[in-house]
Amino acid sequence: MAVPANVETTFLLGRLTWDAIPKEPIVFATFIVVAIGGAAVLALLTKYRLWGYLWHEWFTSVDHKKIGIMYMILGLIMLVRGFADAVMMRIQQVWAFGGSEGYLNAHHYDQIFTAHGVIMIFFVAMPFVTGIMNYVVPLQIGARDVSFPFLNNFSFWMTTGGAIIVMASLFVGEFAQTGWLAFPPLSGLSYSPYVGVDYYIWGLQVAGVGTTLSGINLLVTILKMRAPGMTMMRMPIFTWTSFCTNILIVASFPVLTATLVLLTLDRYVGTNFFTNDLGGNPMMYINLIWIWGHPEVYILILPLFGVFSEVTSTFSGKRLFGYTSMVYATVCITVLSYLVWLHHFFTMGSGASVNSFFGITTMIISIPTGAKIFNWLFTMYQGRVRFELPMMWTIAFMLTFTIGGMTGVLLAVPPADFVLHNSLFLIAHFHNVIIGGVLFGSFAAINFWWPKAFGFKLNVFWGKISFWFWVVGFWVAFAPLYVLGLMGVTRRMRVFDDPDLQIWFIIAGFGAFLIACGIAAMFVQFGVSIWKRNENRDLTGDPWNGRTLEWATSSPPAPYNFAFTPVIHGLDAYADMKAAGAARGKGNFIPIHMPRYTEAGIILAGLATICGMALVWYIWWLAALSFIGLVGYAIHHSFDYDRDYHIPADEVRVTENARTRLLAQEA
Amino acid sequence: MRILLPAPGALALGMSFLLLTGCKPVVLAPAGDIAERQKDLLLAATGLMLIVIIPVMCLTLWFAWKYRAANKQAAYRPDWDHSAKFELAIWGLPLLIIICLGALTWVGTHLLDPYRPLDRLSATEEIAEDHQPLKVQVVALDWKWLFIYPEQDIAAVNELVVPTNREIEFSLTASSVMNAFYIPAMAGMIYAMPGMETKLHGVFNHEGEYQGLASHYSGAGFSGMRFKAHATDTAGFDDWVSRARAGQDELTRDEYLRLEAPSENVAPRIYAEVDPDLFARAVNLCVEDGKMCMAEMMDIDSKGGLGLEGTINIQSLTHDKHARRGARPVLGHQPVMVTSICTPEEAALMFADLGTTQPTSRADQTRLQSRALPVPDSLFDKLIAPTIRDASKTAGTADQKL
Repeated sequence: MAVPANVETTFLLGRLTWDAIPKEPIVFATFIVVAIGGAAVLALLTKYRLWGYLWHEWFTSVDHKKIGIMYMILGLIMLVRGFADAVMMRIQQVWAFGGSEGYLNAHHYDQIFTAHGVIMIFFVAMPFVTGIMNYVVPLQIGARDVSFPFLNNFSFWMTTGGAIIVMASLFVGEFAQTGWLAFPPLSGLSYSPYVGVDYYIWGLQVAGVGTTLSGINLLVTILKMRAPGMTMMRMPIFTWTSFCTNILIVASFPVLTATLVLLTLDRYVGTNFFTNDLGGNPMMYINLIWIWGHPEVYILILPLFGVFSEVTSTFSGKRLFGYTSMVYATVCITVLSYLVWLHHFFTMGSGASVNSFFGITTMIISIPTGAKIFNWLFTMYQGRVRFELPMMWTIAFMLTFTIGGMTGVLLAVPPADFVLHNSLFLIAHFHNVIIGGVLFGSFAAINFWWPKAFGFKLNVFWGKISFWFWVVGFWVAFAPLYVLGLMGVTRRMRVFDDPDLQIWFIIAGFGAFLIACGIAAMFVQFGVSIWKRNENRDLTGDPWNGRTLEWATSSPPAPYNFAFTPVIHGLDAYADMKAAGAARGKGNFIPIHMPRYTEAGIILAGLATICGMALVWYIWWLAALSFIGLVGYAIHHSFDYDRDYHIPADEVRVTENARTRLLAQEA
Repeated sequence: MRILLPAPGALALGMSFLLLTGCKPVVLAPAGDIAERQKDLLLAATGLMLIVIIPVMCLTLWFAWKYRAANKQAAYRPDWDHSAKFELAIWGLPLLIIICLGALTWVGTHLLDPYRPLDRLSATEEIAEDHQPLKVQVVALDWKWLFIYPEQDIAAVNELVVPTNREIEFSLTASSVMNAFYIPAMAGMIYAMPGMETKLHGVFNHEGEYQGLASHYSGAGFSGMRFKAHATDTAGFDDWVSRARAGQDELTRDEYLRLEAPSENVAPRIYAEVDPDLFARAVNLCVEDGKMCMAEMMDIDSKGGLGLEGTINIQSLTHDKHARRGARPVLGHQPVMVTSICTPEEAALMFADLGTTQPTSRADQTRLQSRALPVPDSLFDKLIAPTIRDASKTAGTADQKL
């Protein structure tokens, strides 16, 4: 698409013109498919009169469980989009040999790899992590909800708003062609004058508000809402890792926000923070963005470390080995994650002493991480390991992640990084840890907590098919990239001239196909499980012989989670209760104080999304109007005093008695 | 530095497999001493880590199998969750390995610092006291590489010719966006950044034609930003230089401004003569006529600036190198530039200074003693360095060793 030097703007539509609709056949076809698919979904929702149900039961819900599930759905949808980008890149790189330009021009290809990175990190991995934390943490600590239930709903819709802005760029205008961190000067106005980088900025800013607020929310929840008796060192390990993750979120996301604000000022009002001329310093942006970016990777992986700990302990039928050292390892990683950012750009030429310092701090992180791996090993040791799906994902993680960790430490050795930086070896490394850690962990978590959320287990047959396709596919897709990295092939290349490379890209492409089968099998697994849910029904609420509090309540849990707030006497609270033969409380129910559902979150986030879109397109009247609306509605909402209600004791009694009968039947 | 640990057999095996399957793992079989030593370090670090990685992976499989639920013979201790001995081992063992690896890293990083002049030409050939490195100035343009040979007074686009077994000292910068300069067979990569000057030292030990590339994404024409690096013997290099000098084209400032306009897949070309100030001007973002150089601007600023009077010293940025550059921020003013205020004579003096910033003495090559290795380019060295070097610092080089 030709990009004019100075775009003419009109008052009504800013720089939005008919030319902004991409005419490239691939994008256009995608647009048609999405439009038809979207229309079909909307029609079905209307036909089955689901709008009211969705609005009243889900969209306006402040229940942490429903919000957690909505985060997971968002992550799964965006996974499909991000994976489609990955497949397109793989096909291009198989194709573009021997003088062929492939099937994607630079403008399209460069958007794809940028979008792939942005979507996979911000709108797949982050929603998965936040969703799991949202669902599980309040249950694990015996709370009724999070500290700020409305804020939770608002955070979710802000994340979704960011995703909508990024998705809109596919069909109106363009996305950034800068790489997923949008380094200036390339992302500055001089070299990216059109809307791509603005989509990037406002997409991330809107979603970033959601992430920061949800971090604050969960942090306060963990600090203030633990059940009586649950001291810090009696918290389940997943809650511990979530706690550290949310500390990282609260401390690092403001850095991202501020950095993007500076870039925004450069692009909108002509400041010179990161420009080449007039004293700007692009190297400052790179430092700042990685001061956020490195903690971000621990934000992603830490909660999954917690998931693996819970899964290993549950399916080994054993207490977690070395709980205390696990906690300290997590805290070590949290602190150290702030001291390593420069290892992302050793090649900037900071000098040997600076580089070695950051190289060595990076290596030090591998010590607590290694300790964690050993702790999982010794949890299995002298246990009774049941190979259910969550445990299979955990073992696959342990084998995959150790390799990824090793290549990571290699990249932390500056002289080795000089030959491997920006190479496909680096790409293989971080997919090795993010797929092998974050995605495998999310899949373990989905299989593990699905019965808690819906009251039936996931289908094992399709789960295993998905598992094997994913794990084998991962290695077939990324082992060739390690090899290519050692052959001196660097990232983000669109065309190649050396024919010897092609075979490796073909193998990697086949790996991507296997992963596609894995994703498809996973959706089949969900479908089949829902369809045949009565075959896998779990009435006990404790299908895996669990150890932590979430298994003490019904599946799915009642809106209030626990009729009586449990009292904690040690680690593995529910395992203790079961061992002591503690009985469920069956009488003396009291009314339960609950937050009321509100549409404020979705309205505010909707206004923020409109404001973001208006700013992307320079539609100033709309930006001003939506911003005033945003502030005005927030003030209006703060005067809404009707925010809570009590579930009457009778209703609690009915719910709990029904469960008592079910449990009696089961026994 | 000799490799501290022998690379394990498994790696050698893996390497020979790669070679057999017809792939050229250039990173594992480079043609220059620096890349060779970087590879050694890579293999040593891999070997060190495999000491932990292999047992962990084996134990994972073994425990998973041995303690499977179906195996009722295996011991089962559901409440066993602590062992001081095991804890000591699982923290201590990785710690020991990281101590070794950290030492290796510290030494290796200093010895293989791209800013540090070479201490040997190859494993067998020490460097002579009077060895003069070949200077090459590199400018990353959109989207091609410009190589200036200041001593030979020639320049080449997308083609690098260098003699083997002679140290090459690259000074790098970029004209518009960030990039990275990478010849995998010779040495690791280093960023080339606008307004900054980075350094890279390398050497080729074997003649041949090697791939050079841009390894940091820089925009639409990025994929085609490749060049061939030819390493020849000294006679071949001299021959190439004299042929280059016989050419017609001259790389003046005007020609540079034409050259740096975006273009893709550019064929190699040679310039027989080069403006001697060109590279310093490229680094200081003042190739355009009348634009104040960054060195000058920073010098003025370091003395307190020009105050309010200085603000009249700007003019509209109209003569753009890119058609699209100078796009006006929608809520901001027109892009401006600061005009030069020094006389042509002063400018000539400044560039004479900027041209003599190369360190005159070679790095300390004493072996690692019981004391810490002296940092090759130390703070002390900088403080007592002549004022001329200060001028280069204010020129905004990326030399951040301070």
